[in-house]
Amino acid sequence: MSEQHNITLPEGSIERVTQTLNLGPTHPATHGVFQNILEIDGERVVSSESTVGYIHRAFEKIAERRPYYQITPLTDRLNYCSSPINNMGWHITVEKLLGIQTPKRVDYLRVIIMELARICDHLICNGVVGVDTGAFTGFLYLMRWRELAYEIYEEICGSRLTTNIGRVGGFERNFTPAAFEKIEKFLVEFPKALKEFETLMNRNRIFMERTQGVGPISAERAMNYGFTGPNLRAAGVDYDLRVAHPYSSYEDFEFSIPVGTTGDCYDRFLVRNGEMWESLSIIRQAMDKVKGLPADVFHADVPAYYLPEKSDVYTKMEALIYHFKIIMGETDILPGELYNAVEGANGELGFYLISDGGRSPYRLHFRRPCFIYYQAYAELIKGAMLSDALICMSSLNLIAGELDA
Amino acid sequence: MSLTNDYIKQRLTDKFGEAVSQVEETFGMLNFTVPKDLNLKVMQFLYDDEELQFRFLTDLTAVHYPDRKGEELAVVYHLYNFAQRVRLRMKVYTSVEDPRVFTATRLFESANWMERETYDFFGVNFVGHPNLKRILNVDEMDYFPMRKEFPLEDQSRIDKDDEMFGRGGHIGI
Repeated sequence: MSEQHNITLPEGSIERVTQTLNLGPTHPATHGVFQNILEIDGERVVSSESTVGYIHRAFEKIAERRPYYQITPLTDRLNYCSSPINNMGWHITVEKLLGIQTPKRVDYLRVIIMELARICDHLICNGVVGVDTGAFTGFLYLMRWRELAYEIYEEICGSRLTTNIGRVGGFERNFTPAAFEKIEKFLVEFPKALKEFETLMNRNRIFMERTQGVGPISAERAMNYGFTGPNLRAAGVDYDLRVAHPYSSYEDFEFSIPVGTTGDCYDRFLVRNGEMWESLSIIRQAMDKVKGLPADVFHADVPAYYLPEKSDVYTKMEALIYHFKIIMGETDILPGELYNAVEGANGELGFYLISDGGRSPYRLHFRRPCFIYYQAYAELIKGAMLSDALICMSSLNLIAGELDA
Repeated sequence: MSLTNDYIKQRLTDKFGEAVSQVEETFGMLNFTVPKDLNLKVMQFLYDDEELQFRFLTDLTAVHYPDRKGEELAVVYHLYNFAQRVRLRMKVYTSVEDPRVFTATRLFESANWMERETYDFFGVNFVGHPNLKRILNVDEMDYFPMRKEFPLEDQSRIDKDDEMFGRGGHIGI
C-alpha cells in the first residue's frame, strides 16, 4: 500500500475563476419570470443579484383610472395562487373606507374562501419544495385536491384561477348547495391526503438533509428585511394579521399560529403544513357557524355600491339607477386615506388607498409581501450550494405576479 | 401598558416640537408629517425608544400632488410596532424639482427595494441609497410614470371614432 501524497501547489499558481450563471428569467427552477444573476465558485454561490420587473403591468397606474369594482380583477393577478384572498382584501379595504358593515354570514363565507385559498397556495408551495428536492409524488398527488378547491371557486363565482370573487359588500350570488357539498367533501378527503403528504415528507431523511439549515434567517434579520407571513413565522415571530388585527370576523375563530425556530427551508415547510391544518379547522368552524345563520344573506344592504338583482333592474326605478351608476362607474367614493392589510398566503398584503372623492382612487399602492422579502434572497444564499439556492427560492413562495404588480 | 396614539403624539411633540405637523387620526391610525431633513431622525427616535419601538417598516411609497407647489411629492412610511401591534403613518413632502430625501436603508434593509420602486415610479432621489436604480421598469426609461402628468386614456373620451367599441361614432351618444 502506497502512502497517500498530497500535492501542494505553489501559492498563486492556479487562477481562481468564478462563473456567472443566469438563473432565469425563464429557468424552470424560478417558477416564474424573474432573473437571478449568480456568481458561482464551483458549486458555491459567491454573490447574487436579482432582477425583477419582467411582468410588470402597471396595476397601480391602471387603478387610478378604474372604478372600484374594476380593480378587483387587477388584484387577482397579484398572487395568482390565492387570488380570492387578494379579492377579499380589496373588498374589505373599500368597505372600511365606505364604512360598510358586512353581515356575519358574509364574513364567515369569506373566511371559508380565504382559508381554501390559503390551503391551495401552501400546497403548491410545499409541493414545489418537494419537486425541487427530487420528490415529484407529493406535488402531483396534492394537485388533485387543488383541483377540487378550484371546483369550489367555480361553483361560487364561475372562474378558477383569477377568480374576481365577491363584490364590495358581499358575494355576487349565494353559495349553492353544491358548493357546500364540495366544501364538505374537501374537508373529509383533503386531511387524508395531507396526512399522507406529511408522512412522505416530514420525517423523510433525504428531505430533511436537503432542507434543514438551508437558507436560514434570524428573527431580527427577518423583521429588518420586512418578512411577513409564514416566512416570518418560521423564524419564530408569531405575527399573524388574522390575530393581530382581525378582519372579516376572524376573532370568532379558534386557531393557533404555527411558528418555527431557525427560519430555514424545513421550518418554512413545517409552518406551511401546520397552517394548512389550522385552515382546515377554521373552515370546519366556519361551516358550523354558517349553518346557524339565515341562509339567504350573502351581501350587505348597500344599494349604492352593491349591484342589484337583475329582475329588480327591469322592474324598479332605484335598482335601475344604481345598476346604471355602478356599471358606468359613476359612483363617487367617499374621500379618505387608509391602509388596510390582510394575511395573504405569503405575507401581509396591504392596500394603501387614497380617495379624493372621485369614481376611482387617487392613489392605490399594493404592499406586496414577496416583493419586500425577496430582497433578502441574496443574503440567504450567500455561500450556499447552487442546489440549496434553488430550494431556498421555492420555499420562500415567490410569485412573479406579486413581485412585479 | 398599551401604546395609544395620544401617547405617541405626546412623545413626538415633546421631542420634535413644531416639526411634527398635520397630526391626525384616520381610521384609527396616527398620521403626521415631518420636514424632509428630519425623516431619519424621527424614524431613529421611533425605532430606538424603549416604549415606542417602531421597528418594522411595513410600507414605503410616494404620492404625487401636482397642485401643491413646493411639496408635490409625498413620501409615505408605514411603521409598525410588533409588541403593541400599533401602526403609524409618517409623511415627508418634497418638491418635484429637488426630490431629495434621506434613505431609510441604514435603519431597515426592507427599504432598499421599496425606495428603488419609489424612485422608479416617482423619481424621488433617496440620498445615501446603496443602489438607487430602476427596479420594475427598463433602465433606459427617462421619465417617472406614476406622476400625474402621465394620464391614462380617459375611458369617457368621445373624440375617438371607435364604433366597434361603442365610443363616439354614429351610435347616437
